[in-house]
Amino acid sequence: MKGHIIKYARDNIDTDVIIPGQYLKIHDYAELATHAMEGLDPNFHSKVKDGDFILSGKNFGCGSSREHAPIALSHSGIKAVLALSFARIFYRNAVDGAFLLPIEIGEDAYNAISEGDEVNIDISKNEIKNITKNQTYGMKPFSEIIGKIIEAGGLFNYKPD
Amino acid sequence: MNIVEKILARASGRDSVAPDDVIFANVDKAMVHDVSGPGVIKVFDKLKKQGIDVSKLWDPSKIWVAEDHFVPSAEKVSAENIVKLSNFTKNYGIQKHFKYGMGQYGICHTLSHEEALVLPGEVYVGGDSHTNTTGALGAFACGLGHTDVAYVLLYGKIWFKVPETIYFKLNGKLPEHVMAKDFILKIIGDIGTDGGNYRTMQFGGSGVDAMSVESRLTLCNMTTEAGAKNGIVEPDQKVVDYLTSRGATGISLIKGDENAEYAQIIEYEGSEMEPLVAKPFSPENVVVVRDAPSVDLDKSYIGSCTGAKYEDLEAAAKILKGRKVKIRTEVLPASISIYKRAMENGLLTIFLDAGVTIGPPTCGACCGAHMGVLAKDEICISTTNRNFPGRMGHVDSQTYLSSPLVAAASAVTGKITDPRDLP
Repeated sequence: MKGHIIKYARDNIDTDVIIPGQYLKIHDYAELATHAMEGLDPNFHSKVKDGDFILSGKNFGCGSSREHAPIALSHSGIKAVLALSFARIFYRNAVDGAFLLPIEIGEDAYNAISEGDEVNIDISKNEIKNITKNQTYGMKPFSEIIGKIIEAGGLFNYKPD
Repeated sequence: MNIVEKILARASGRDSVAPDDVIFANVDKAMVHDVSGPGVIKVFDKLKKQGIDVSKLWDPSKIWVAEDHFVPSAEKVSAENIVKLSNFTKNYGIQKHFKYGMGQYGICHTLSHEEALVLPGEVYVGGDSHTNTTGALGAFACGLGHTDVAYVLLYGKIWFKVPETIYFKLNGKLPEHVMAKDFILKIIGDIGTDGGNYRTMQFGGSGVDAMSVESRLTLCNMTTEAGAKNGIVEPDQKVVDYLTSRGATGISLIKGDENAEYAQIIEYEGSEMEPLVAKPFSPENVVVVRDAPSVDLDKSYIGSCTGAKYEDLEAAAKILKGRKVKIRTEVLPASISIYKRAMENGLLTIFLDAGVTIGPPTCGACCGAHMGVLAKDEICISTTNRNFPGRMGHVDSQTYLSSPLVAAASAVTGKITDPRDLP
């Protein structure tokens, strides 16, 4: 999976900036997407392209259980968020609803990858290749159940053993 | 096993579980509100298109519905969401729908205890992150997103990774001017907004034993702000009495084993606790009130599942009795039952005499939805739970999180004020 990076070099990006509370009444996914990241980056909607990835620091998606957060990012075209760590509800919403891939990365990838870099994510090898900089980094493997739910295409398609 | 491991073992039909085990737990109770309900309806529509049967719910008697985030409706999208929710509960035969304007209603997490909807030892999930609140009754209470809640409503079960538990032990009672809110802010300041991520935060010790059920609810409520999967307090006779007085029967107490294991035990001395605030823009940005910056406040907000339970209103009234507010101040009781008690016991008169505006139960401005949101550059002191950028309104507004005592004292002076320093 190949895409370009939009980098927010900070920790604790919370659901109130990913999709502010005033929009929680909206359940039209395309409309939600127009407000994605509005609390942090009002230009996000105009610059994001289908297939892009977000790169960020620790505890991405902390705060609310609102599924609007991964939905707004996913319907903006974001296919994966690469972060040093994720808040638990954002992580499981992203996976169970099959909205985007939450990829846990290390400090090496976080520091080396820049805004606009083109990277290729290979979850079968747990590897991220930076095509722009010709570098390769590891990613944290998904735990067994998360891997299976991703493979199935979301919780409703997953058949427990 | 500790209490959470025992609950999850029972719910997954196993003799025992340990941290990191992945289980499918049978759910005892589930909740949606006017944000997560329409979200679930949307998921159901998607599933229908995929040929998945959504014609029947797992057990409508175990599901209840709250109208809280966007009531009273300020515009038509919110109004339509309430209509959608009403059609949903009617079509699926859900009886427990607490409707705005029809007797008891309020914030979902407040109803869970006021209406004794959840009992000790149960697995309770809700489509809201502060579902953690209800762990104060000795239940495993956990917030989930729409897709997960939709799964629970259809199948009555959901996957969990059994969490590690951090045990917070409070030795001795909190001083008179210090509330449970101060204790949980202290903890979040110490461990950070990801300090409880994926874990259980359990509270105990003589200081927690001495607390009311409502104070314990405040502790568990803000475990969400530390990222925790759930918060919990082992249930005792106070919980039994609390729930029994609200009509619950068949309560059985569950406790962890003597030799239960915890990932970490962190101890606090009650006598050392002080009134605190969390400065913008994070609940972990905690300072002692007396060291808080001398900002001119625009508003004091006493509301939400965190800070508008009966005891919270009582604390605010103790400060506001015979005094006048200097800044815009709003009190929004968290449910109609609390509103009524506050009226019967004279609290509402105290608030009105002080100059406060009393609003209806709603999540309202706590999540920046409506009913008193903040303008650009406005500064608010609030009994709520989050103060991220834009949380209560404009992205350039600021919120300081505090106990109801501090919010009321600050309303009187217009500055962030320790209740002990009031003239």
